[in-house]
Parts: sequence; C-alpha cells; structure tokens
Amino acid sequence: MSTPVIEAKGLIKRYDTTAAVDGVSFTVAPGEIFGLLGPNGAGKTTTILMLLGLSDITAGEARISGHDPMREPLAVKRLVGYLPDAVGFYDNMTAADNLHYTARLMGIARRIRKDRIAAALARVGLSDVMERKVATFSRGMRQRLGLAEIIMKDARIAILDEPTSGLDPQASLELLDLIRALKAHGVSILLSSHLLDRVQSVCDRVALFDVGRIVLMGTVGELGRHVLGGGFAVELEAEGGDGLVKRLSALAGVRSIETPAVGRFRIICDRDLRAEAAAAAVAAGSRLKQLSLDQPSLEVIYTRYFQNARSEEARDAA
Amino acid sequence: MRREGSPWQGLGIVMLKEMSDHLVSARMRVLEWLVVLTAIAAVYAAITQVRDVTAEDPFLFLRLFTTAREPLPSFVSFIGFLVPLMAIGLGFDAVNGEHNRRTLSRILSQPIYRDALLFGKFLAGVFTLSISLIVLWLLVIGLGLLMLGVPPGGAEMGRALAFLGVTIAYGGVWLALAILFSVVFRSPATAGLVTLGIWLFLTVIWPSLTSAIAQALVSADNEATLVITSQMLARLSPSTLFGETVLALLHPTTRTLGPVYLSDLQGAVMGAPLPLSQSLLVAWPQIVGLLAACILLFVASYVAFQRQEVRA
Repeated sequence: MSTPVIEAKGLIKRYDTTAAVDGVSFTVAPGEIFGLLGPNGAGKTTTILMLLGLSDITAGEARISGHDPMREPLAVKRLVGYLPDAVGFYDNMTAADNLHYTARLMGIARRIRKDRIAAALARVGLSDVMERKVATFSRGMRQRLGLAEIIMKDARIAILDEPTSGLDPQASLELLDLIRALKAHGVSILLSSHLLDRVQSVCDRVALFDVGRIVLMGTVGELGRHVLGGGFAVELEAEGGDGLVKRLSALAGVRSIETPAVGRFRIICDRDLRAEAAAAAVAAGSRLKQLSLDQPSLEVIYTRYFQNARSEEARDAA
Repeated sequence: MRREGSPWQGLGIVMLKEMSDHLVSARMRVLEWLVVLTAIAAVYAAITQVRDVTAEDPFLFLRLFTTAREPLPSFVSFIGFLVPLMAIGLGFDAVNGEHNRRTLSRILSQPIYRDALLFGKFLAGVFTLSISLIVLWLLVIGLGLLMLGVPPGGAEMGRALAFLGVTIAYGGVWLALAILFSVVFRSPATAGLVTLGIWLFLTVIWPSLTSAIAQALVSADNEATLVITSQMLARLSPSTLFGETVLALLHPTTRTLGPVYLSDLQGAVMGAPLPLSQSLLVAWPQIVGLLAACILLFVASYVAFQRQEVRA
C-alpha cells in the first residue's frame, strides 16, 4: 500500500480536564474519500483543526504527506484545502474578489491568478455569478465557492467539515457530485458529517466517532457485518403457499427472520441468500412478488451501534 | 521548537485588503467627514480669532491648532476627542468580526501565520488613521496659508509635524485597545462598548478622580507630593499623556509639565520660547509612554489571539 497522505496516531486534545479528542488514530490513503462520522460534539472538528495545525495537539502525532502540522504549519496549509463548517466569505466583496484575496494569500502568481479563479468557478458552476456580491449567495452557493477555493489552490488533500449540513437535498446532491469529481482529479478527501446516508454514498471508508474516540472504522460493508451481525438482509415478498417461514429458516446461514407485514419477510443472514430464498419460496408453492438485498445502511449501523453500546452500559451498571 | 517560514508572509496582502475595506466602508466615511468638518470649523474659527487678536506672534501657525473661539473648542481638543473615536471605530470588530462572518478559519487555513493577520489588521488601522490625519493636517496648513497670508517658519512646521506624529501614536493606543477587546470578546458590540467605556472613563472621569485618590494615598501635609502623586496617577490615562505632549509641542513657552520649582526658574527668561529639541525633551516621557502603551496593548492582543481557538 502506498504511503498515507494523512496519518493520525493517538491524537489527544485536552481542554483543562476534559478530553475533546481522546486518542484518535487513522490513516487516509492517496485518492481515498475518508469520512469522519459521529454526533455533534464528538470531536470531529477538533481532530480536523489539529490536522491543519490550527489547534495545538496535546499529545499524539499527526502527519500530512510527511509534514508535522505543529512544526511546519505553512507546508501543511499549502498542501491542504480546507472547507470549514458553514464556510463564510466577505459579504461586501464579489465571489471573484473573495477568491482573489485568498489566491494572493496562497501565493498564486499574478498572471495565472485570473485564469485559475475563472476555471475553478466554472467547475463548481458559479461562473455566471462571479461578479456578484457574496451577500446574495445561498448556503449551497457559498459551499460551492468554498470548493472552488480548494480547486483554485490545486490542493492534493481536501478537508471538508460538514460539507452538506444545512443544504437542501438538491444542493447537497450537487455538492456530493462535486466532491466525487474532486476525487476523480486525484484529490484525497477527508470529510466529516453527521448526515449519514449522504456521506455513505461518497465515502470509501468511514470512522465512527463517539465522545472523542473512534469506535468503528472500515468500509460501510465491514461496519455492517460487524455491528449488524449478519450484515446481509434479504427482503422477500410472496403470496400464498404454506410453510414458507419454516422453509426459509431452514436455510443455512439464516440468523433470523422478521415479518414486518403479511406476506413480507426480512431475512438477516451471513451471506447473500437471494437464490436460496427464491428457491424456497417456489418450493413452498407461493407466488414470489419481490426479492431484494439490502445494503447495510450507515444510519442503521450507527443507531444499532449506539443502542448496543447503551444497553451494554446499562448491563454493566446493573 | 522553531516554526518554519516567516511570520510576515501574507502581511502586506492582509494589510492592503483591510485598508481597502476601511477606506470604502460607510463607517469610516462618516467618521472622516465628522472629523474633517468639525476640525475645519474649529480652524476657521481660530483663524478669525487669530486675525483679530494677535498681530505679532512668532508662532502664528501653531495658534491655528490651539486657539478656541466660543462656542467652538480648539482644533486640538476636537482631535483629542475624535481620534480615539475613529481608532476605536477601526478596530473594535477586527478579529471577532472575522469569527462572526466565519471567515477566520478559512483565512487561517491559507499558508500564513496568525501573526500576519493580526499585525496586518493593526497596521491597516494605523495607516488609515495616518492617511486621514495627514490629509487633515495638510488641509489645516493650507487653510492657514490662504487665510493668514503668512508662510510658516521652520520651527513651526517642525512642531506641527511632531504634533501630527504624536496624534497618530495616540490613535494607535486606542486602536490597539480596540483590537485587544475584539480578540477577547466574541461580540463586536460588547467589544466596542467596553472600549468606549474605558475611553470615556480615562478621558472624562479619571482626571477628576486622581486628586481624591492622591489624598487617600498621601498625607495632606506635603502639598508637593500630593500634586505629584495626583499627576502621576493622571498620567496613567493616554488622554493626559496626549494633552501634556500637545501642550509642550504647541506652546513653545512650556518649560515643564510638572510643578515648577524655584530652582527651575533660576536664570530663565520668562515667556521666552524653547527650541523644538528642548520642547521634545520636556514631553519625551509622555511620548515614550504613548508608544509603550500602544506596544503593550498590541502585545496583549497578540498573546490572546495566539492562544485563541479558531473554531466558531
């Protein structure tokens, strides 16, 4: 495996006595989209700020393409494009002027500045409004302008904090498309979110945060297998026939069967049992109406995980 | 542990951007017009007064700054009042404004240090203030030339220039205080009000409190100690320092800013003006005090800003 672009080893951030981030370790591989997920206040933003060198690291180590954000913050900040949570711009300036200012701070040469800004704004679809004051921009347009800044910077690593929060469904879909396009250009992306189903669709791997720690990490499928047990859920709808439930539960690999409604079955199993389930239904003489495999949803994993954790805590307390 | 790169990287860019913001902002335009109109009125009144009263004054031009004609106060009193207001107006939302617009973390994630942002904002404020004051100063001199018809002498111009410099330093003190509170308080309104409150207290209330405090501290038998203590206390206020410096610079006959002892008067020719260098020496502690206050306040805001969390 190639060397990771972002590496966190046992990151700790302590305020007085409470630890906002308590020993977080993860790596982001080149070209990967890595998601930090968790409820608000779980330490995602603090972790991001430590990686950027904007917040002191109490203990632990962080490396961005081999640079230490504590000692070489400028090198790190040159490499990384950052889109903060609810990004702000100078309202009294136009979109292009806002980018001009940061372009100068980035040290982009004067003669290529204008073209770079125009190209970046074109990629996020803001070319028409580049001479308009940012005060008139919607939340979604501001987020896209923030992405344009990262594109203009030609950053190899993008860190996006809650990129889709507060956006309407259409705007957040557009933004996720832009994030995918960023990945297609070879940018490695670290993003944080509490909106699980949106993030699921773009992330290669995710880390689940809870009170300053990473409690689960891996691909969505891995997490599903880990938390939901079986990991596969086959939905089956059939009419008539007899002994269908008995036949289905007799299949090898079935963990449990739920019947949410008459004639509908939800089979939790260790592997993809669609073919076997169809055969069983036909053998039982019922009319198969629908058969589908549920991808484990992050939402379910997430809720289930915290339910399990809480019930364990309750058991420990008892 | 040594940081890589220069803390000044991006300083000029931040400064230019902040200055262009200041120069076009409605707030600054209002303040500038306020300063210009009142000051011009004061100078115009002074000119008419000077023409009526003094025919043979070796420092005619300095009278433009110091002469008051009822009901208007003098140009110097106007400036002493309006420059702090302008400086506070320039600085009270310097840092918390960036926080509230949520631009701070975005700007700081660019390859610059926080030093550049804060110092750039401070310098932009000082330069904006300087531009306004220099223009005002030139207007006053020009108006004097036109209406008095007498060219100013070299010593007068030297004193007037020194006065300009001291006024800028005085504005710098209040600017640094305003920036300090803009770092400490998250709300610009709070920061502005606290700075204005401190300014009013130090300018209006403190001078009248000092003699009472001095009486509480020192026995009333020793009158000289009492006066000196009270004066020392009063000098804790930048307004007192500014007032004393202006007195020494614009009234060339001023020999001392403290109590006059008999020994001071030995061999003195009463009413004879001092050369500029001697006047500067008389006010030197005050000038250094103003600059030191400015630097100390800026360092305090620098330390506070470096330790501050950037997250909103």
